[in-house]
Amino acid sequence: MMLARLMQTEGVWLFSRNPAAILAAIVTIVVVAGAVLAPWIAPTNPYDLSSFSLIDGLLPPLWEQGGDPRFLLGTDDQGRDMLSSILYGARLSLIIASVAMGIALVLGVSLGLAAGFFGGRLDAIVMRVADVQLALPAILTALLIDGISRGILPREVHDDLRLAVITLAIALSLWVNFARTARASTFVERNKDYVQAAIMMGQHPLRIMLRHILPNIVGPLLVIATVDLASAILLEATLSFLGVGLPADSPSLGTLIRIGMQYLLSGEWWILWMPTVFLVVLVVSINLLGDFLRDLFNPSLR
Amino acid sequence: MVGFILKRLVQSVFVMLAVAFLAFSLFRFVGDPVSQMTGVETSLEDQARLREELGLNDPFALQFIRFAGDLVQGDFGYSFRTREPIGEMLLTRLPATLELGTVALLISLAVGIPAGIYTALRPRGLVSQSILIGTLIGVSIPTFVIGILLIFLFGVQLGWLPTYGRGDTVEIGWWRTSLLSVDGLRSLVLPALTLGLFQLTLTMRLVRAQMMEVMRTDHIRFAIARGVPWRRIRYRHALPNTMIPVVTIIGLQFGGVIAFSIVTESVFQWPGMGLLFLESIRFVDIPVMSVYLVVIAFFFVFINLLVDLIYLAIDPRLRVRESA
Repeated sequence: MMLARLMQTEGVWLFSRNPAAILAAIVTIVVVAGAVLAPWIAPTNPYDLSSFSLIDGLLPPLWEQGGDPRFLLGTDDQGRDMLSSILYGARLSLIIASVAMGIALVLGVSLGLAAGFFGGRLDAIVMRVADVQLALPAILTALLIDGISRGILPREVHDDLRLAVITLAIALSLWVNFARTARASTFVERNKDYVQAAIMMGQHPLRIMLRHILPNIVGPLLVIATVDLASAILLEATLSFLGVGLPADSPSLGTLIRIGMQYLLSGEWWILWMPTVFLVVLVVSINLLGDFLRDLFNPSLR
Repeated sequence: MVGFILKRLVQSVFVMLAVAFLAFSLFRFVGDPVSQMTGVETSLEDQARLREELGLNDPFALQFIRFAGDLVQGDFGYSFRTREPIGEMLLTRLPATLELGTVALLISLAVGIPAGIYTALRPRGLVSQSILIGTLIGVSIPTFVIGILLIFLFGVQLGWLPTYGRGDTVEIGWWRTSLLSVDGLRSLVLPALTLGLFQLTLTMRLVRAQMMEVMRTDHIRFAIARGVPWRRIRYRHALPNTMIPVVTIIGLQFGGVIAFSIVTESVFQWPGMGLLFLESIRFVDIPVMSVYLVVIAFFFVFINLLVDLIYLAIDPRLRVRESA
């Protein structure tokens, strides 16, 4: 019943007529499923030193001359299966990006809602901070946070907390989009009759914000969330590529690409290009979905 | 008008003071300078004496004023890691980053503006559609991957261009330029393209949106109704109004150019300020980090001030409003 009603909505109808969006959705689902299920479907465990051996080092992908049926996408210099490394790497990248996006979402939407609802001094403060944050490019913010944390924390502690530091750094450079969008939409909703009525009835502001306004501004926030997920993945990859992200023993997609750079000049192209292509295809798909959602929630652009 | 300029100047000074304060807090509280400078063998008395000599026991406000005063006089202190004066380190690396950033910005404007205008005027054409899909992919490919792709294509496969460093440089005073030698120019091509491509998509999208907006305004509709030829409408009526925000774009893109120059310099081992900043993070070289922050903020404030002044010069409406 629910499904039948869902199938009749405008969104599904538009979606079924948009081949790019369908393709993007399929690719995204396959990649995310592959990453989430990595521990169960990956041929080997790249973190388990006993599962690979140097004898299998630098084998090309299956379809190339000298490929080994055990290693679909070839192996790196240690004999690690590339497919497994990529799946585990994508898993790590997606975990960091989703958590960072989630933190940015909660932080940004709460601040934006409150700023838009109460206005006045709170609004002014939040928006000034947002302006400053916006002037600082995300990469610079993330690098600075990483640098500061290295200075404050002792080396061993920092190595343990690297995952948390990089996630927080990404989250702090992405919250502004959410805050600005939530604030702008809240401003519009606040003056509508249903909100005014709720205020008259003496409902608690928190209840009005969360139960009345939030459901009505979810559309644009969903678009931002999608686009920001792609940005978060790129940001994590860039930081890891620069070598300030994750340590080499738990490689994300960006780390894999950094390691692969050493093979740019040699014949072992798959070590570099497999994770690179994987990353680009993933981000392009998510961005295509974001574009589709933007058109869906903004009918004037159609 | 003088009042407006003065107001902006005062604002800029306040922004710089805020950044300097941030940099000072970073310098003062993140990692103790004394423990960074001394080894394990240094006795407590020596440490205390050093602390006194460096003025670390003075009141906080006094220390900040001294810090800011030193900055204004161009005394940026010393790097923890190399013990060199930071001012000199930055000066030797500044030209590399400025040249890279300027050329990249020029590429992005020279290609992005015409492409933006074209796609705005013919939104449904095949060429426009391909350009738009191209920019979507361009936004999704991280800068470092674009760099790797260019290195692979032009450096490794075709062997046309160098992929590492600045090549031969010519010294003019303290400014070491790679613009005056063939090898230097060849070395500049790939990094500048890498940095420019990302900015290009941004420029194009902004110009396109602006052009489409201008084409919908009343004076254009009126011109159409009057029967003014299309060519004239597009290039005499619409285009000048589109070009004003382009000045803003340059201001906006500066931040992006600085941030992504860090990535580009890392891919191509381009010896600029971005690479220095990256090294200072890796080795927790706090003084270099904080000075980099101040210098970047200075450029940022300076360029935005310049943009506002240019605005005033090219947009007659602003002058009227300010004097009214």
